[in-house]
Amino acid sequence: MSKSNYYDPADLRKFGNITNWSKELGEKFFEYYNKVFEEGALTAREKSLIALAVSHTEMCPYCIDAYTKDGLQRGITKEEMMEAVHVGAAIKSGATLVHGVQMMNKVNKLEM
Amino acid sequence: MQKEKKKKQQSLHKRKSDLSIAHKQLEKLSNGIFANGNLPTFQQKISETQQFPLRPNTLEILQINLGYMCNQVCAHCHVDAGPDRKEIMTRETMEQCLEVIRSTSAHTLDLTGGAPEMNPNFRWFVEEASKAGVRDFIVRSNLTIIRANKKYYDLPEFFKKHNVHVISSMPHWTRGKTDRQRGTGVFDQSIKALQELNTIGYGIPDSNLRLDLVYNPSGAFLPGNQKEMEGDFKKALMEDFNIQFHQLFAITNLPISRFLDYLIASENYEDYMYQLVDAYNPAAVQNVMCRNTLSVSWDGYLYDCDFNQMLELKVASKVQHISEYNETILQDRNIIVSQHCYGCTAGAGSSCQGTVIGQ
Repeated sequence: MSKSNYYDPADLRKFGNITNWSKELGEKFFEYYNKVFEEGALTAREKSLIALAVSHTEMCPYCIDAYTKDGLQRGITKEEMMEAVHVGAAIKSGATLVHGVQMMNKVNKLEM
Repeated sequence: MQKEKKKKQQSLHKRKSDLSIAHKQLEKLSNGIFANGNLPTFQQKISETQQFPLRPNTLEILQINLGYMCNQVCAHCHVDAGPDRKEIMTRETMEQCLEVIRSTSAHTLDLTGGAPEMNPNFRWFVEEASKAGVRDFIVRSNLTIIRANKKYYDLPEFFKKHNVHVISSMPHWTRGKTDRQRGTGVFDQSIKALQELNTIGYGIPDSNLRLDLVYNPSGAFLPGNQKEMEGDFKKALMEDFNIQFHQLFAITNLPISRFLDYLIASENYEDYMYQLVDAYNPAAVQNVMCRNTLSVSWDGYLYDCDFNQMLELKVASKVQHISEYNETILQDRNIIVSQHCYGCTAGAGSSCQGTVIGQ
């Protein structure tokens, strides 16, 4: 029986292969990507937690796997990871709810 | 549930697990992803940079395993040590080791186990060995042994008297991670032992009583940056428990024995091997510990490293036992390698002294 999953965890290992079909753009992306995660005004640890939160809001299973493992390697605790996910969730739900103001404005404008 | 708990408290040896047999481990490490060509063998990998066969450099460290008996049953233990292991070094073998210690060019003596302190001749051996004037005299203490039983309570003072360099495992600064890897209650006992060591001067920044900690990841992932981890450990242990130590050594878990068993049971084996191979660093090969270390087993046989000892891969030399030790002959050998060696060459490398490449 063949596997027919849209997401295969083993595909994460092949991420680097995107340069095969577009070398220049692929390499530019990875150069940028790696630069972003270097120690800067933010620590690499803080960036890892941001990446984990964004991985969830973007609902990217590859990114979730990668930054969960990255967090463990950095000694980040599961409590810290879950707090980061809640930050992502709060922004995501806040972003939904804040549009409620637009809905309210529209209702107020349209209703007598 | 009770059965599972009991199983976790026994060595693979006691459970008569297939993985307690060295050649079964080697088979696992040679077949599958390595036999079907998905991943290169370690020999193939180091051959790419003309580093095969691997040869020893000057001998610097003599590591002696005083036995597999231990008061803990850590989930990742590559020695498969535990209370049910009875293999311990005899006084006769210790005497043979002492002769070598007096004549060797190695500057570091590294006593390990199991819990080396559980060998009934441990103190006698330390007293005799300390007279030999090695530069760095290490005892790998699991910390909890210091608090396990009255007869061990004075160990910190004993270590101090002989200026022993204490190196102890501590997987994390939180209770949960530590206890999951090393057993329930280990964290609290380790903290108390560290506080006792600090009280008599161990681990204090300017003290020459050296206290270093070893960090092993508590799962199927690689260690992070050693320097960063050390900073996090120091901050947390100081803030939470007023504990100080000198250095943190980050060590990669090698896929043998109980860690291999865990990898297979948790279906992480292939992913972990891919991680190790992906992280392979040819520069680390130059400094792997088997190049400056010799490992002596409880029964006096000689190995390139502690891991080869557990896989029963004796040195490829006509001298294979401490009783016939000849440094010149031993130095003229090829180091035996297999796929577990990827663990020592991943990222910044890994040895009993932590990373092998400066970070």
